[in-house]
This record gives sequence, C-alpha cells and structure tokens, in this order.
Amino acid sequence: MAEFTLPKNSVLIEGLTFKAPAGATNIRRFEVYRWDPESGENPRIDAFELDMDNCGPMVLDAILKIKNEIDSSLTFRRSCREGVCGSCAMNINGRNSLACTKAIDSYAGTIKIYPLPHMQVVKDLVPDMTHFYAQYASIKPWIATQTPAPADSERLQSKEDREKLDGLYDCVLCACCSTSCPSYWWNSERYLGPAVLLQAYRWLVDSRDESTGERLDELEDPFKLYRCHTIMNCTDTCPKGLNPAKAIAETKKMLVQRKLG
Amino acid sequence: MDYRTPLARAKGLGSAKSGTGHWWLQRITAVALIPLSFWLLKFLGLSLTAPYQQSVDWLASPLNSACIAAWTLAAFYHAALGLQVVIEDYVAAEGPKIISIWAANLAFLFLAIAALLAVFRIVSIG
Repeated sequence: MAEFTLPKNSVLIEGLTFKAPAGATNIRRFEVYRWDPESGENPRIDAFELDMDNCGPMVLDAILKIKNEIDSSLTFRRSCREGVCGSCAMNINGRNSLACTKAIDSYAGTIKIYPLPHMQVVKDLVPDMTHFYAQYASIKPWIATQTPAPADSERLQSKEDREKLDGLYDCVLCACCSTSCPSYWWNSERYLGPAVLLQAYRWLVDSRDESTGERLDELEDPFKLYRCHTIMNCTDTCPKGLNPAKAIAETKKMLVQRKLG
Repeated sequence: MDYRTPLARAKGLGSAKSGTGHWWLQRITAVALIPLSFWLLKFLGLSLTAPYQQSVDWLASPLNSACIAAWTLAAFYHAALGLQVVIEDYVAAEGPKIISIWAANLAFLFLAIAALLAVFRIVSIG
C-alpha cells in the first residue's frame, strides 16, 4: 500500500540546539534533519542559530558554515555551488530546491532543511539515488541511429530542431521534480517520474535520433508513463524553471498520434 | 538479499506496450460527459418538478432516450477507468490490486446494465 505514515524508526525526535555566538545580532535559526545509520537512533531535528553577519547569502552557505564551524558530521552533497551540478537538491521549507541557488533572505523566520522526500536516506541530507539513476539509464539517454555518422562532418541539425531541445537539455538531474511527485512517492519502483520522462522526451524530439518508435514502445506502459496524473508539482518545484509536466504531456500526445494519427 | 543490479530492478518486467487506449478513452468519456451532464441536469430538474407521466414521456423521445443511454455508458465507463487508475496508484500488492480492479470493473458493468435496463423499461412500459 501507499505509505501515509512514517515507520516507527523514521519518526522524528527533537535533537540538539546550537546557540548563536555571544554578541551576534543578526541571527537566523536553521532546523536540519539528521540521521546517522550507525547510531541506531531515530532521525532528529538539530537546530542551529547562525550569525548572518558572518555567513554567505545562500542556504548552501549556511549549511557549509554549520559543517565548517559547528558540527563537521553534518552530511550533504554539494559541488558547483551555482545550480549546474544538481548535487545539493534538498527540501527547504517544504519545497524541493537547490540549496546553492536559494537565498536565505527569500525565506522568513526559521529555515527547515530536510532530505528529498520519500527517498531512502543514506545519512543526514544525502538520499540514495541508485534507483533514480538506474531509471535514467533504462531510457537509454544517448543517440541511437541506424545510419552511420557522416564521414567528414557532424550529424547536422537545423536551428529550429535544435531549439526543440531548449528546456530539456538544461535538466541537471537533481531529482527535485521526481521526489516532489506523489505518484512517484507511491509507485517509484515502476513509474519513471518527471525527471526521467523529461529526459526520455529530450531524445524523442532530437531530430538526429532514429529510434523514436522504439523509445515510445518502451514508454507506453500504465506505470512507466501513465502514472503521471498532471499533478504539476514537478513544474512547480523545478529549480531550473523547466517544465517536465509539458514534456510528459507531449509524450502522451505522440503516443495518441501514433495510435490514431 | 536482492542481488539484482539496479538497472535490472528499474527495467522490471519491461513495458506493457499499452495504456494509451485507457488514457485516451478516459479523456473522450470526460469530454462527452460535459454536454451530457448539462442534459442530465435538465432532466433531473424536470423529473423533480413535473408529474411522473410527463417525465416519462419526455424521456421516451428518441433524442432524450439516446442521451440518457449515452450518459449512462459514458459515466460508468469513465468511472471504471478512473477507479482502476486510483486502485493502481494506491494498492501495491499484486493480488489485492488485480482482485480490486476486477471487482470494480464488474460492479460498474453490472450497474451500467441495470441502469440501461431500467431506462428501457421506463420508456417502453411507462
């Protein structure tokens, strides 16, 4: 069954509170999800009060400050710190986003930071992305052609055809969209989810690809594709401003066109 | 311990190569139900106020008979398709899922037949 309540060993307990240094005047409170698989304890919420006069502007800056200055055991992924790598995807004040592109000032009051929803947690803010990446691999995200590449040039594409990839190639696979989707929460074993379906569509509309039919064959499935019920959380939450729901709708239109067109 | 690779798990049993018909028919019946439901409201308005025989006579006209039969078919078919999706969403165990889908489909089929027979009886006998 779909899970509507947390298992006993996932219920949150109150954690530690780290007060701001004496004399700090510009204080913000961050409540961060903590779970250590080796402790055997339930996950807890630690509270950190940070002096904003000595902290960078982004949520990721605050998390780095906590790790560097207060608790070095805080575990999270980050790399590019400019919204290109997709590593620091997490749930900030109830909405999935990239910690590096969200300004602390864009939130009021306490900032609550959790790992991406409904994923197995490896530690603290690090979710297990194994299945997500395997689903990505399953749609064969590379060009598939029968015609050999031209001997003396690249595979050419018109400007118009290239523009069809805008809003698709920009996806950084951070999984904010997929993990915001209730359908993906209930059926992620079989439903591919918005991120992977957007990538699948990216290859469906690539004018250089010669496997559109085979790709549609693979997607046409009550669970892989049709678990999308246009809830639109994916488009709402995408930190890159992309529209996975539209890519899924276009895929469904292609399937209807193939059947009836 | 599950020693399958993540890719093997993600691929599972592969694509069913179906689902478009189900999805498309759900849309078709939804669109059909828009005008048909306006018609139904008109019928309900009449049957709640007019004498029984007047409602029967109104319903017995060819167009109105066709409309109520069409509404019945579209509504029950739409409900069966929709409920199947809801069950697939929330019931993960294969056995209960298949049994629930069968039960829902058969229940709606039975209800649709009963409704059509009732309409036939009303318009033919009065």
